[in-house]
This record gives sequence, C-alpha cells and structure tokens, in this order.
Amino acid sequence: MEFLNALVAITNYVIIPATAYGAQLALGALGVTLVYSILRFSNFAHGDTMAFGTGVVILITWGFQAMGISFGPLPTALLALPFGIVVTSALMLGTDKVVYQYYRKVKAAPVVMVMVSVGVMFIMNALTRFLIGVDQINFADGARFVINARQWREMTGMSEPLTLRSTQVITVVTAILVVWALFWFLGRTRTGKSMRAFSDNEDLALLSGIDPNRVVAVTWIITGALATIAGTLYGLDKSFKAFTYFQLLLPIFASAIVGGIGNPVGAIAGGFVISFSEVGLTYAWKKVVTYLIPNWEPDGLVQLLSTDYKYAVSFTILILVLIFKPTGLFKGKIV
Amino acid sequence: MSYLSAANMTGGYGKADILHDCTLTVEKGEIAVIVGPNGAGKSTAMKAVFGMLNLREGRVTLDGSDITALSPQDRVKKGMGFVPQVNNVFPTMSVEENLEMGAFIRNDDFKVTMEQVFTLFPILKDKRRQNAGELSGGQRQQVAVGRALMTQPKLLMLDEPTAGVSPIVMDELFDRIIEVARTGISILMVEQNARQALEIADKGYVLVQGENKYTDTGKALLADPDVRRTFLGG
Ligand SMILES: Nc1ncnc2c1ncn2[C@@H]1O[C@H](COP(=O)(O)OP(=O)(O)O)[C@@H](O)[C@H]1O
Ligand SMILES: [Mg+2]
Repeated sequence: MEFLNALVAITNYVIIPATAYGAQLALGALGVTLVYSILRFSNFAHGDTMAFGTGVVILITWGFQAMGISFGPLPTALLALPFGIVVTSALMLGTDKVVYQYYRKVKAAPVVMVMVSVGVMFIMNALTRFLIGVDQINFADGARFVINARQWREMTGMSEPLTLRSTQVITVVTAILVVWALFWFLGRTRTGKSMRAFSDNEDLALLSGIDPNRVVAVTWIITGALATIAGTLYGLDKSFKAFTYFQLLLPIFASAIVGGIGNPVGAIAGGFVISFSEVGLTYAWKKVVTYLIPNWEPDGLVQLLSTDYKYAVSFTILILVLIFKPTGLFKGKIV
Repeated sequence: MSYLSAANMTGGYGKADILHDCTLTVEKGEIAVIVGPNGAGKSTAMKAVFGMLNLREGRVTLDGSDITALSPQDRVKKGMGFVPQVNNVFPTMSVEENLEMGAFIRNDDFKVTMEQVFTLFPILKDKRRQNAGELSGGQRQQVAVGRALMTQPKLLMLDEPTAGVSPIVMDELFDRIIEVARTGISILMVEQNARQALEIADKGYVLVQGENKYTDTGKALLADPDVRRTFLGG
C-alpha cells in the first residue's frame, strides 16, 4: 500500500507534469532543429516566436469569447490556434523577406545568422509586448480536470491524491498528432522529401532542381506553426507571460542539442530528457521517501534543487552534452 | 558541330584563373575522358561545363544551342546530368528517395526510369530502403550515377566515379558506364585510373594546369610515348 502511494505521488507530481512539459519542449525543440538543419543556424528568436504566436492566439480567443463562441469542454484557444498559426507563419515569411533573405544571399556565416536572429528576437519581443503586454495571462477555459482529487479518491479509495488536468491531456494528444503529421510530411510528401534533401546536401539538392526559395518558405511556415502550437500548449498548461517564453529558449535549445541538433527524433527525446530531469531534480521527494522507507522522517524536503534553479538543470545538461557528446543522443549534425 | 562543345574556357573560383583556354567536346553517344595530375583543374573544368563557375571567357553549347548563361538547374532541364566528385548522394535518405530526388524536376511518371536504373544496378534494388550514407563506396557511386540518370539526361558528366573503390568494382562500374553510352547517352568523365579509362574512351583529354596538353582518341593517347611516360607511368 505504501509502495502504491509512493507510485501515485510520483505519477502525480513528476510523471504527469514532466510528460506534458516534455511534449511542449519537444515541439519547441522541433522548430529549432528544423531551422538548424535546413537554414543552418540556431534561431534564438524561437522563444519569442512562441510568445508572439501565443499572444495572437490569446487575442483571437478573447475575440471568440466576446462573440460567445466556445469549444465545449475544450479550451477556446484550440479554435483560435489555426488563426494564430496563419498570422505567425506570415510573420515568419515576412521576417525572412526583410531580414534573413539578405544574409543568405551574401552567404553569411552561421554565427552571423545567429546574431541576426538575436536581433529578430528583440524585435519580436517588443512586438509581443505591444500586442498583449507583459502581465501574466490565464486563458485556459473549458473543463479543468479529466480526473480531479475527489474523483480519484472515490475511484480508488486511496488517500494519496492524483489529478489529471485537461490541459495536460490536450498537450500530449496534440503533440502526438503534430509529430505524426510532421514525420508524415517529411517522410512521405515530395515537398517534405525535398526539404530533407536540402538539409542533407544543399549543393546536390540545387543540382537536382529543388527550389531553395520554396524549401525556405515551407520551413518558416512549419516553424511558425510549431512555435505557435508549442507556445499555446505551454500557456494553457501553465500561463502566458512573454518573459517566461524568452526563458524557455534555454531548455528548448538544451532539448534540441541533447537529442542531437538537426535530428527530429532527437528533439523529441531531448524534450523529455530535459523535462524529467528538471521536474525530478526540483521535486521535493520527502513524501515519496516517507512512503518507501518506513520509520524514517527526513529532516528536509529531500529536494535536490529549489524550483528557482530549474533553468540551471537545462544549463548543466547542455554543458555536459557539449563537452562529452556534442552530437547528442541521436547523431545530429556536428555543432 | 559536336553535341557538347565547351570552347576556350578561362576562369576560376576567385581572382586567379584555374582554367586557361580549355576546350572540351563530346560527340553524340561518345565517351570522352579527362585525365591529368591532381590539381590540374579537371573538376573545375567539369563545374565550368555545368555552369557552377563564372567563366571569364569561353562558350558552352549543347546540341547547337548556347547554354553559357544558364544556371546548373536549367542545364539539367536541357538534358545534362552531373555526378560530382564528392558529396554526390543524400546520405540520410534511402536509395529510392535519392533516385526520386534525382527526378525532382520531372512532372511525368518516372517509375520506368527507376526500373531502368535498378536493371543497370541490381544491387540498388535490394538496398532501395537503406540510407545511401550506410552503403559501401562502390554502391554509393552507383546511387550517385543512378540519381543523375533519373532525369534521362542526354549528356552524363561523371567526376571520378571510381574514386576509392576496389579494382573489381571499378571494372564493373566501367562496364555499366559503357552500357549507358550504348543507349545513346554522351559521357564526359574525369578519371584517376587513366589507363583503364582511356581504353574505353572514344576521345581523351590530358589536362595540365588548366590547359589542354594532349587531345586525341583514347587509343592514340595510350600509344603516344610522351603521354605514356608522363601520365601513364611508362
Ligand atoms: N572550391 C574551390 N575554391 C577555390 N579553389 C579551388 C576550389 N576547388 C579547387 N580549387 C583549386 O583549383 C585547382 C584545381 O582543382 P581541381 O579542379 O579540383 O583539380 P583536379 O580535379 O584536377 O584534381 C587547385 O589548385 C585547387 O586548389
Ligand atoms: Mg577532381
């Protein structure tokens, strides 16, 4: 019984939140990895792209709510999501036209491109603040729980609570659908294959008559979509705040690099490695320890790191990977 | 006029010229081979013919029409195929996908062409689902040649197709190249294995420091004492 309680506690406080967070990181890391492998630079503006996309989704959500449109038990934001994607992808294409295209034409070095993306990041950052402000916004509506604490108690009779929030389920289901669609697109369609070819060997892709402008455009559209979806899911699950999204850049890059940057499967695996490490190391294990080791009451919280330091986890993992296995878990491109 | 004529090519990558008044021609259905020491500009000449180099002087015509100003992609559309010396496959894509990408500019059904490539290189059919990067050197070269054949080119350009493969595989590849030429495709090929290459060549070019040093039939070059002494090792 004690063991079961421990298991429930771990599921409730570590496995469920880390899975949802991992799915959000994975989607973010997929966007970063896609830009890296096709456009060949680390896009520092990705976090703020997520913030912008989410901001647009929130504005449209408010619009829908004002018009009395709702999505039943599901968050209205899911209805707004496609519109947010269109706006964000359009912004990506516009940014490419105005900014990145020039640097591609002069064949700027990747490190220059990174600096350019930092500039874009600041602009996007400001744009998002103009659009929706700097405050914390909760925009999740619809049913809050799939399983709440009372239902869990009635269902199992256990004293240890377990809750499953709808946003967590929505996050995981959406992430699975998006990843499936992305892999289908890259693996089965002519355009998707041409993007992989371009990523594999740009010169040969050009010799084969693959249109680089089209590859670049489709890449930005997908990046905009991935960023908006990842950002909206994160915001639904936690809350929206522009600055938090900028901070997410670190765990997202850590995910992409741990998995092997440029490798989509790696981005997904990396997302979960980072989320489980972060949640696991900042969780107070006292309760679980008490269940598992009878007659011992630990003095502290048995928390390895305060949650204030959660970004240190990504940072440490990132450094370790770069030192010991720079190509990541799944062989990515050499960074 | 020759099917391909690249006349008086002069140019390089930056300020210094690599090619000096270099001329290459290939007749319909003929095999032309370029040999010469390392760094002679053989690969550079191939790139120049394919439009991957800004020529300062010279003129390239294919089947009578001037293509000097065309981009590589447009030359592919005109019926030229090119297998570069290095990085000539998509390593993380399957053999079949490599061939598909070769046919990217085609809007018609290319299944028949793919079958023809599989008939020419049966091993590729067995490995169609395997990534090109995981294949042996010889198999990878077959993928590279197969990819270029997917556009049904009338002129196939090969830069050292037998580099780094065993002698047996080399003979095998030469046989396949002869087979391709028999179907009426003109071939312009750079080769390190000068002796074997000149044996199957209708026409041979010896390139030294970006200039045409000797030009003759393959047989004549093999028989030329000067060429033998300097380039064929006796
Ligand atoms: N991409 C390049 N940029 C600048 N110089 C190059 C490049 N490729 C080759 N060269 C130079 O051009 C000359 C001819 O090279 P190359 O055509 O590759 O010779 P080959 O194929 O006959 O061995 C060499 O001096 C080489 O250093
Ligand atoms: Mg060469």
